[in-house]
Amino acid sequence: MLGPILETLIGGLLTGVLYSLVALGFVLIFKASGVFNFAQGAMVLFAALSVARLSEFMPVPFAIALAVLIMIVLAYAIEFLVLRHLINQEGIILFMATLGVAYFLDGFGQTVWGSDIYKIDLGMPKNPIFILESVFPGGLLIDPSELIAAVICAVMVATLAIFFQVTRVGRALRAVADDHQAAQSVGIPLDHIWLMVWAVAGIVALVAGMMWGVKLGVQFSLSLVALKALPVLILGGFTSIPGAIVGGLIIGAGEKLAEVVLGPLLIKAFDLAGGGIENWFAYVLALLFLLFRPQGLFGEKIIERV
Amino acid sequence: MFYREAGQFKTSYATDMAIFPIAQDRWFVLLAVVFAFIGVPLFAGQYLYTEVLIPVLILSIAAIGLNILTGYCGQLSLGTGGFMAVGAYAAYNLALRVPETNIVLVFLFGGVMAMLVGMLFGLPSLRIKGFYLAVATLAAQFFLEWAFARVKWFTNYAPSGSVAVGRIELFGMPIDTPDRKYLLVLALTVVLALAAKNLVRGRIGRMWMAMRDMDIAAEIIGIRPLYAKLSAFAVSSFYIGVAGALWGFLRLGSWEPLAFDINRSFQVLFMVIIGGLGSILGSFLGAAFIVLVPIFLNQLPYWIGIPLSTATISHIEFMLFGAMIVFFLIVEPNGLARLWATAKEKLRLWPFPY
Repeated sequence: MLGPILETLIGGLLTGVLYSLVALGFVLIFKASGVFNFAQGAMVLFAALSVARLSEFMPVPFAIALAVLIMIVLAYAIEFLVLRHLINQEGIILFMATLGVAYFLDGFGQTVWGSDIYKIDLGMPKNPIFILESVFPGGLLIDPSELIAAVICAVMVATLAIFFQVTRVGRALRAVADDHQAAQSVGIPLDHIWLMVWAVAGIVALVAGMMWGVKLGVQFSLSLVALKALPVLILGGFTSIPGAIVGGLIIGAGEKLAEVVLGPLLIKAFDLAGGGIENWFAYVLALLFLLFRPQGLFGEKIIERV
Repeated sequence: MFYREAGQFKTSYATDMAIFPIAQDRWFVLLAVVFAFIGVPLFAGQYLYTEVLIPVLILSIAAIGLNILTGYCGQLSLGTGGFMAVGAYAAYNLALRVPETNIVLVFLFGGVMAMLVGMLFGLPSLRIKGFYLAVATLAAQFFLEWAFARVKWFTNYAPSGSVAVGRIELFGMPIDTPDRKYLLVLALTVVLALAAKNLVRGRIGRMWMAMRDMDIAAEIIGIRPLYAKLSAFAVSSFYIGVAGALWGFLRLGSWEPLAFDINRSFQVLFMVIIGGLGSILGSFLGAAFIVLVPIFLNQLPYWIGIPLSTATISHIEFMLFGAMIVFFLIVEPNGLARLWATAKEKLRLWPFPY
């Protein structure tokens, strides 16, 4: 019994890493500009579609490089066409604007790149490997591509952390995150910073999209998978990068475990037609968190002053 | 020249507080309603009823509901689809288990059940707001969608998971033709819209708006947030639930939970944004806009002679809606309703604008 549960746990944690990657994009933008970017999921899909379709014409590294370029152009377009006109609007208006951007990107991506299921082949090993065969009968089954995704995610977070802490631009980003006006008054150009943040978030989306693409194939549902990043954020706190990582791991592991452990119980108790608890578990967990600890695990306490 | 309130003096408090204080407005609304009841059935065909009029009216009710919550009380909700599903399934179960119930009562029951569920999921709004609340309502959406797909009792153990309504009757008269369905929906819409118009200009509506504009200030002048927010959730979910029941019974006839998925939530939210946040008229305009644009888009390729696949059209629809939302938020945050108001202002001065 312990073996399968451990296996689920590990699988869940590795999926959680992917949630974290998507959530990371949200946090970056939220920290720097206070915009709650609903379009992050659409950006993930768009980036993944770009890589998948471009790699049909050229070697994968070129396709990725080109996709990075596309994401930077996209960031510029969003800044220039949308955000610039909505400066000083309420957060909720900006949120709805990103909802519009999300719809536009979903439609645009599928019009340009097509709407079938595409494959991204990064040359990752596909065959599952077994570990700890001495401890458990049959060992534990692990998907190596997920393991690689986890490593990439770790590298990415480390890079971002260094970028934020050490470089000049990173310091400017933190200043903007702290206080827009103060940052502006010491001569930090806000629009450049926002452009930068959106571009970085776009690249994070690209990485997340490729990882998801390897796992599920590149298709429209990626855009919805990315919605799972929202409960991750609630759990971790909107402004915390470690929070996004830990939240992702908790949600990933939690929903898989809930499906395996809680699922059969619920099916028996309420006479359900199958499980599928995964679909809402994360959100309801987030809802409970909102009721008892709205700032999340690592977020700053929300204090309102009149 | 024609639209001018000069000479219309308000001589009593009652006239001062009328829903439509200007005579021209009153006449216009009255004429529109009379036209909808008597004029439209004279020429409308099957297609116009089932594809345009009925969806627009039902979704207007949903949009009014969401507008009360989001536009008037300032609480963003992405759970509209889920609450519509509650209305639809509650109505289905009442009609199934107590077959002799009057159909209007069935719809209202759908609304009441949605109201209870809505208040439950509205509880977090007392501690959180903005996009935090959006996530909370997203939880409602996914949980409810799942519940109706999985709990067999709701669907009366239907093996396919989809439910179908039987014969619909009102006072012994079968509601089976599109024009009868239309008239029933229209009657309900008029009653609900008038009720909403009345609510939002009264004490409770002002309470909601105060909450929206600045919750802390509202609390200081003596508005209880618990009461204000939960009442907004209750009324809003009631409207959405009734709309869901109508959508299931009179528009679809048979449905599965997919009919009320998250895209429905977004659709209604877009209606509210495009129509105008905080406007009952805007809910109608937004609903009409969102229903008509796809129909128009589907026809367009035939007219200009470029054949497009349906998939491409639906993607273009996505793009167009997205662009529209951004456009409206930037250029006209108050939506179509504001354009209408501006037109009225212009009309007031016409033909001598100075």
